[in-house]
Amino acid sequence: MSAFKYESQVRPPLVSGDKDYHQITEDIIRPIENRPSRLWWIGFLTAVLLLCFGIFSVTREVIYGTGQWNLNKTVGWGWDITNFVWWVGIGHAGTLISAILLLFRQGWRTGVNRAAEAMTIFAVMCAGQFPIWHMGRVWMAFFVFPYPNTRGSLWPNFNSPLMWDVFAISTYFTVSLLFWYCGLLPDLATVRDRAKLKWRKFFYGMASFGWSGSTKHWQRHEALSLVLAGLSTPLVLSVHTIVSFDFATSVVPGWHTTIFPPYFVAGAVFSGFAMVQSLLIISRKVLHLEDYITLEHIDVMNKIILLTGSIVGVAYLTELFIAWYGQNPFENFAFFQNRANILSPLGWSYYIMMGCNVLSPQIFWFRKFRRNLVLTFFMSVIINIGMWFERFVIIVTSIYREYLPSGWSTYYSPTIWEIGFYLGTFGLFFTCYFLFSKFFPVIAVAEIKHILKKSGEHYKEKMGPEENESVEAFTHEFEHAH
Amino acid sequence: MAIKRFVVGSFLEESVLFPAVKKVRLAGYKIHDVYTPMPIHGLDHAMGLRETSLHTAGFIYGITGTTTALSGISYALLYDWPLNFGGKPHFALPAWIPITFELTVLFSAVGMVLTFCYLCQMAPFVRKHHFNLRSTDDQFTMVIECTPRTNETEAQAFLKSVGAIDIHIQNAETGWWLGTYSKNIPTVDNAKTILV
Repeated sequence: MSAFKYESQVRPPLVSGDKDYHQITEDIIRPIENRPSRLWWIGFLTAVLLLCFGIFSVTREVIYGTGQWNLNKTVGWGWDITNFVWWVGIGHAGTLISAILLLFRQGWRTGVNRAAEAMTIFAVMCAGQFPIWHMGRVWMAFFVFPYPNTRGSLWPNFNSPLMWDVFAISTYFTVSLLFWYCGLLPDLATVRDRAKLKWRKFFYGMASFGWSGSTKHWQRHEALSLVLAGLSTPLVLSVHTIVSFDFATSVVPGWHTTIFPPYFVAGAVFSGFAMVQSLLIISRKVLHLEDYITLEHIDVMNKIILLTGSIVGVAYLTELFIAWYGQNPFENFAFFQNRANILSPLGWSYYIMMGCNVLSPQIFWFRKFRRNLVLTFFMSVIINIGMWFERFVIIVTSIYREYLPSGWSTYYSPTIWEIGFYLGTFGLFFTCYFLFSKFFPVIAVAEIKHILKKSGEHYKEKMGPEENESVEAFTHEFEHAH
Repeated sequence: MAIKRFVVGSFLEESVLFPAVKKVRLAGYKIHDVYTPMPIHGLDHAMGLRETSLHTAGFIYGITGTTTALSGISYALLYDWPLNFGGKPHFALPAWIPITFELTVLFSAVGMVLTFCYLCQMAPFVRKHHFNLRSTDDQFTMVIECTPRTNETEAQAFLKSVGAIDIHIQNAETGWWLGTYSKNIPTVDNAKTILV
């Protein structure tokens, strides 16, 4: 049972500074117990204002219909579905960090997984808004659920990718939420047991479900986390695959592409990590968590950004090549007129996408740039703009000039209400994130303690013999004694 | 539930806790539980706990989801209201894979979490007795149950000899009850009579 699996001979420690367990608790719980700073209030209130504007914009759409968003017969999916795909994509990084990196035994994930998982949940909440309100008659939204009804029973079409999406997104949200909350239970119990104020004892006592830290409970908790990680890993890949099926199973030139599933998943992880960087670079500064979210974390995430960005780049070029190689005139037109032709009405968006997603991350080949916080923050914003444009390019440039020129809608542009809805989801996202950072531990306290190599060599020297002893030897010794 | 009497001792280091667990077991004391602020790999084996079967439960929930999805879709599209989509077969299994997969994952995850909460007796407004509030912070708390044969003074001395600190005796409710953490629990003094 040599259990030093989080140890690496070449990497510096994951937690810097000479910490003991109590110090970790203090550092991470402190922001919860202190009063929120002025900066927090400014950020929170701005987010709430944006959310209110979003609610107002959506209300107009509910009253007047999707025409409020300049959608028409040709451009039936505009900013709204672009935003949907963008937000879902952002969510993917959280699950990648919490599930896939858990299976790969990447110890560095413990510093960032809690915040990244929270980001996933809030991003999926934002994403879900778009298809729901896009329905137009939103009061009929429950029609998507298969239940015996008085209309026949008329069932939804289970062979439709839009129906698959309903299942994929709702499952993804539920499983992410459960995974996140199970991880939170021990940490909420830590807050509960330190609480002095009555409301805090009440709230965290309720929220921690009576967690006691019993060894048996930890054993079950570990088993649960591992299986949930195993379930989430194919789940996260399936979610963006199914989102890409929304397009890939159609016969629209530009959408009808078999490369979409891997290309969408890589793009999702790419944009998600960019969002994680944006959030964590600010969080670590504001909450003084530099010892836990170190430059090593930023560095390693930038490597993932570089990798996934390059996969996305290869996918763009493959798509372009196949469009030429396939010699389908409609496919050709979609790629070489609607997109790659910079002089076409929306051609500029293709070059923003290429520049932001393929060229700009290449600077991360250099270690110096990977470890530069200002540059990383700037790049994370650039990448998210680029990834938004990727979805815009895929959706709008494919449909605004389709087969019949009489049906072309060349001058599609969003209205203020459509933009307002998008800003509103930012409001929703950041309102949730600010509340999360105030009331919940943004770093998984128990997991950090778990990976802490207490004073390095000192700890190893003492614990080495214990951890190296085999279970069988001990069991044997014990049974022999009785 | 039952109110019992316990000898409680805390440890600051895993390196002291592990040998202590072994020695306490070998000496024949009954360890009620060890409370730790984080998972400690191998401690469950050292305490002689059996492996959890939560995985098996997860698998069973998963195949329940698979079956639900396949039978539900088959019922709707083959029997209840067969629709003709461009002459394609009604039994379109490849097109059902996404939903079948999602329901498998959903059933498995939800089922496992509910089972976990049930087994660990955890829910909102569940209140339990916590032996040492710092066992969710930085201390590892070992709790030894006093049976009628246990000599409490000896047990305390033994805990001290294996490196525990802050050794004392607590009478405590072992189960859970409905309540909030904002109220103080009345202390239990008559435990010894209840035990015997």
